Amino acid sequence: MRRREERDGWLFASPWLLGFLLFTVGPMIASAFFAFTEYDVLTQPKWVGWANFDKALTDDPKVGQALKVTSIYAGVSVPLQILLGLCVALLLNTRIRGLQFYRTVYYLPSVLSGVAVALLWRWIYAPNFGLINSFLARFDIVGPGWLGDKDWALPSMIGMSLWHVGGGIVIYLAGLQGVPSELYEAVRVDGAGRGAAFWHITLPMITPVLFYNLVIGIITALQIFTQALIMTNGGPHEATLFIVLYLYRNAFQFFKMGYASVLAWILFGYILVLTLLVYRSSGFWVFYAGELKSR
Amino acid sequence: MIPLAWMLSTSLKSLGTVMSLPPEWIPRTFHWENYADIFRLVPFGRYVWNTVVITLLDVVGKIVSCSLVAFAFARLRWRGREVLFLIMLATMMLPPQVTMIPQFVVFKHMELIDTIVPLVLPNWLGGPFLTFLLRQFFMSIPLDLDDAARIDGASNFGIYWRVVLPLSKPALAAVAIFMFNGSWNDFFGPLIYLHSRDKYTIALGLRSFQDQNYTEWHLLMAASLVAMLPVVLIFFFAQKYFIQGIVFTGVKG
Repeated sequence: MRRREERDGWLFASPWLLGFLLFTVGPMIASAFFAFTEYDVLTQPKWVGWANFDKALTDDPKVGQALKVTSIYAGVSVPLQILLGLCVALLLNTRIRGLQFYRTVYYLPSVLSGVAVALLWRWIYAPNFGLINSFLARFDIVGPGWLGDKDWALPSMIGMSLWHVGGGIVIYLAGLQGVPSELYEAVRVDGAGRGAAFWHITLPMITPVLFYNLVIGIITALQIFTQALIMTNGGPHEATLFIVLYLYRNAFQFFKMGYASVLAWILFGYILVLTLLVYRSSGFWVFYAGELKSR
Repeated sequence: MIPLAWMLSTSLKSLGTVMSLPPEWIPRTFHWENYADIFRLVPFGRYVWNTVVITLLDVVGKIVSCSLVAFAFARLRWRGREVLFLIMLATMMLPPQVTMIPQFVVFKHMELIDTIVPLVLPNWLGGPFLTFLLRQFFMSIPLDLDDAARIDGASNFGIYWRVVLPLSKPALAAVAIFMFNGSWNDFFGPLIYLHSRDKYTIALGLRSFQDQNYTEWHLLMAASLVAMLPVVLIFFFAQKYFIQGIVFTGVKG
């Protein structure tokens, strides 16, 4: 009986084990190897030592630009998404009528993604007849060129990202509804106001949800690609040259697989460091109700 | 919501009225022929069909493989389970860009570029996010049910098939929907693997459509709306499952 369970465990897990070896471990090893080579897929890889790393880290201003642009995007859009998502969720959590309706309104955009959405936003930001500038024209304001303007392109992309806060809102709502009502009654008995209830009960109780959204938000934001390729193609003047877009160009347009592998590892390292930082910091600000504090 | 309304409104205008200030929200005449035009100007029907095939294969593969793996992690006791589960969770942090290049090289050498194999095959071999979601759900089903079935002589596969799966329909629905969305909207995969025009998915078709008709916003919006339609429809019919799925990974994770 136990033996059969042992065998079946491996058997049931085998699809993932196979996928893990074939599509994760194998490629990771290969990618680590490619990073030290010059490789255009058609001819044999040529060993170049640390040359790719040297170039990426000291000699290629575009890497710096890509990291800068990607960091600004993630650094501004993730906190804004969290703040906005939380505010809307708090509003929806008060027993207003038509909650179902509002939830749908906020949530629908977050399930839409990809090229169609990128095209929609290009049209919204279109300089002459787009939604925003034709609205501004009503007040005789000449709007900027948005995506075509090197100072406005990145803020425009950040603005667009806020359209997708709905997914986070659903999670916050679930978290908010999971806060035991006894806690609120307890602080009311103690004579605390609504602000105090928020700071001392609501906020600490939903920190695990904030933590989850923060981690997922960072990982997603650093990998932005489709919007960049469709809406601006990295321009104008590389103002939206995100790291994955630059990686894509090297790998699949210039066929510099070795150099692109290095970029992929840089991205991985960046995600890893940020995630670990957030994780390490979580001991100070994330509160788990079911956790026994050892300190 | 306003962007979506704006999109619908644009898609029903003529080229002339798109460029009018102030914009008309409700076009004076509805130009439904825009929708016919996009099918006439590009093989949009072909793109839709290609996308449907890939998406369906992805969804089926994902449900089968992830539910099997999740069953192993949630209901069976075997050595290595805890470690492998942690490893699987760790792979969630690995950006796909790291493994993408070697995968492309391998598929290239197997001469599978410009086929749907590179897009579909990985989805038949599990995947951390949705396996994790299903595992969380399977864990909430009482283990007594498995024991009772075992006493009745059921095999582990019997338990998976007759006990766990029938009780997990909401979670399976959530997985199907997430995968459908991911696959339907996928851009990067088709972009690097599909090259000939008759194999394009909607996402690629939209992009080439944009390159050719970059100022014909009424047609671009009509095509984009068609691309979004299935997701919107599923959303309205199955909102409950979306929300359940999200809550399962986000709050209980």
